[in-house]
Amino acid sequence: MAPPEEYRQYWRANLRYLAILLTIWFAVSFCCGILFADELNRLRIGGAKLGFWFAQQGSIYVFVVLIFVYVYLMNRLDEKYGVGE
Amino acid sequence: MDVQTWTYLIVGATFLLYIGIAVWARAGSTQEFYVAGGGVHPVANGMATAADWMSAASFISMAGIISFAGYDGAVYLMGWTGGYVLLALLLAPYLRKFGKFTVPDFIGDRYYSNVARTVAVICAIIVSFTYVAGQMRGVGLVFSRFLEVEINTGVYIGTVVVFFYAIMGGMKGITYTQVAQYCVLIFAYMVPAIFISLQMTDNILPQLGFISEVNDGSGLALLDKLDQLHSDLGFAEYTDGTKTTIDVFAITLALMAGTAGLPHVIVRFFTVPRVRDARISAGWALLFIAILYTTAPAIAAFARTNLITTISDRPYTELPPWFSKWEETALVAWVDKNDDGRLQYHPGPPFVGPVDQQRDGGGARVQGNYGQALLNNAPTDNANEVYIDRDIMVLANPEIARLPAWIIALVAAGGLAAALSTAAGLLLVISTAVSRDLMRKQIKPDMSEAEELWWARGGAAAAVLVAAYFGVNPPGFVAATVALAFGLAAASFFPAIVLGIFDKRMNREGAISGMVVGTVLMFGYMAVYRLGWFVDTVPPESEWWFGISPEGFGSVGMIVNTVIALVISRLSAPPPEDVQDMVEMIRIPAGAGEAHDH
Repeated sequence: MAPPEEYRQYWRANLRYLAILLTIWFAVSFCCGILFADELNRLRIGGAKLGFWFAQQGSIYVFVVLIFVYVYLMNRLDEKYGVGE
Repeated sequence: MDVQTWTYLIVGATFLLYIGIAVWARAGSTQEFYVAGGGVHPVANGMATAADWMSAASFISMAGIISFAGYDGAVYLMGWTGGYVLLALLLAPYLRKFGKFTVPDFIGDRYYSNVARTVAVICAIIVSFTYVAGQMRGVGLVFSRFLEVEINTGVYIGTVVVFFYAIMGGMKGITYTQVAQYCVLIFAYMVPAIFISLQMTDNILPQLGFISEVNDGSGLALLDKLDQLHSDLGFAEYTDGTKTTIDVFAITLALMAGTAGLPHVIVRFFTVPRVRDARISAGWALLFIAILYTTAPAIAAFARTNLITTISDRPYTELPPWFSKWEETALVAWVDKNDDGRLQYHPGPPFVGPVDQQRDGGGARVQGNYGQALLNNAPTDNANEVYIDRDIMVLANPEIARLPAWIIALVAAGGLAAALSTAAGLLLVISTAVSRDLMRKQIKPDMSEAEELWWARGGAAAAVLVAAYFGVNPPGFVAATVALAFGLAAASFFPAIVLGIFDKRMNREGAISGMVVGTVLMFGYMAVYRLGWFVDTVPPESEWWFGISPEGFGSVGMIVNTVIALVISRLSAPPPEDVQDMVEMIRIPAGAGEAHDH
């Protein structure tokens, strides 16, 4: 039983959102907070070095925003394809 | 009123509240017992998830660990929050749509195999027990310090309370008690943090105080002042850390994937009515968790600064009273190596081995010239004279900052709320694993619902007792096994679940071989490089594979698991048609309501 074409499109759009959001997730935590933390530490946010701030504060704020953006995007997608509940 | 009266009052009031809720929300069916009837509001579920997740370790220990580790503490902050992004995007909505009660349920059905289900049950039980023993110990610690009872008596009191409401209410009782516990613990965490932030930086928000200037007239930013204090005393800079970049990377990744793979966290997303509620629940949960997790590094920096300026080079006789009070619990100690009566605080252990206070014939502590507790330990030859246990930082912080008595009592109630809520959630996972995944699915498929409920309650009761035993007699390997719990969840469950949803071609052979290899690799590495089994001595850091510590090795296990699963699945037969249809089904939110009434 092959899934209808619309379901396949819905799934592909879902995967595209995931790719974008997970790229941001990786960038703020692993890139800004760890791999390039030393370089970013030359910049400052308030009284903190930027790389250090991303590792202990900034990445967490972005994580929260990411989930709410995901919820918004997916609810819109569910409606577009009529697969919501 | 003194601290102790306040503590009895506040802790007593919160306990009454929890028990009242448990009576009001007791479970009548297995559906209510396992997933609270599937009708919990997403915001309530978010709070419950947050309380479930934030354990005694988050509340009591985390800020202390960061305080002593500086930048390196970021692995916990990012690891234990970033995992929720993975959970929300990759797991929660699909598992909710799948609509059964447990993680082993999913693994067993998706990989059409009772072997896979059994492996998952065993992993779930090991992971949960490791955790729950730590919680009961946390309860004991708080009781012993604040109510001045024996640590074991504290464990017994906590056991009775958890026993009562976990067995009575099941998931329904636990969910609503956890909502109350979240409110208690976050209030208890924030109030002292706000007071101290105002005291040191004039900022009401600790998150802003963290990046502001200190108000001591020096014009320095808090973190710069801390870096300076650290360099003056010979410590590595606070904002710099000592771990290698690859190790920080690996530990963070392992903690993230482990968080997303922990059974007691995943099960929370089965309790909401619809798929869209599962998505938003994860968002609320992370928001509620983030309030504490962004405050923790601020508390860590405040406490570190306060600690150094209070004790460094200060004569013992002029120290504030909290120092000698914690000396009684052997969690702080001082050896006057150069005989000048002042505390010299520098890097390195001040003496050999754990604190061992001298006692006279009557069992009283022997005091030195200045009234300090004398130790039997041999001093080391470095300049450091002070030992501070990092677990006391959150509990002692209000005293160090000279906050009023009711705030100190509040912190005790918060620590208990954190420990009890997590313990209850874990016990439920264990009882479900027994009654549903073992009894119903494997041993006695035709039993009635009343009988299954009886098994669930019996499982929870047995689990509380075993947990209490481990709380009273903590096994020495607890510290190593907590890291192992995350490593295991990352190296076993996480790839199996994600591949089960996103790779329709993934089959039984691939998933099982991946899980087995991932688990064995993780176990083996931990056994050799942390516990020193099979070798003469624990190998030094220079022999770690790729420079990755056992704590971070779960990420290697996870990658190996994924690669093996993909290769083996492509070399063997595809999964049966009905399983492939099931994967199609869980990818589409529509129809979740029917799925869970079975």
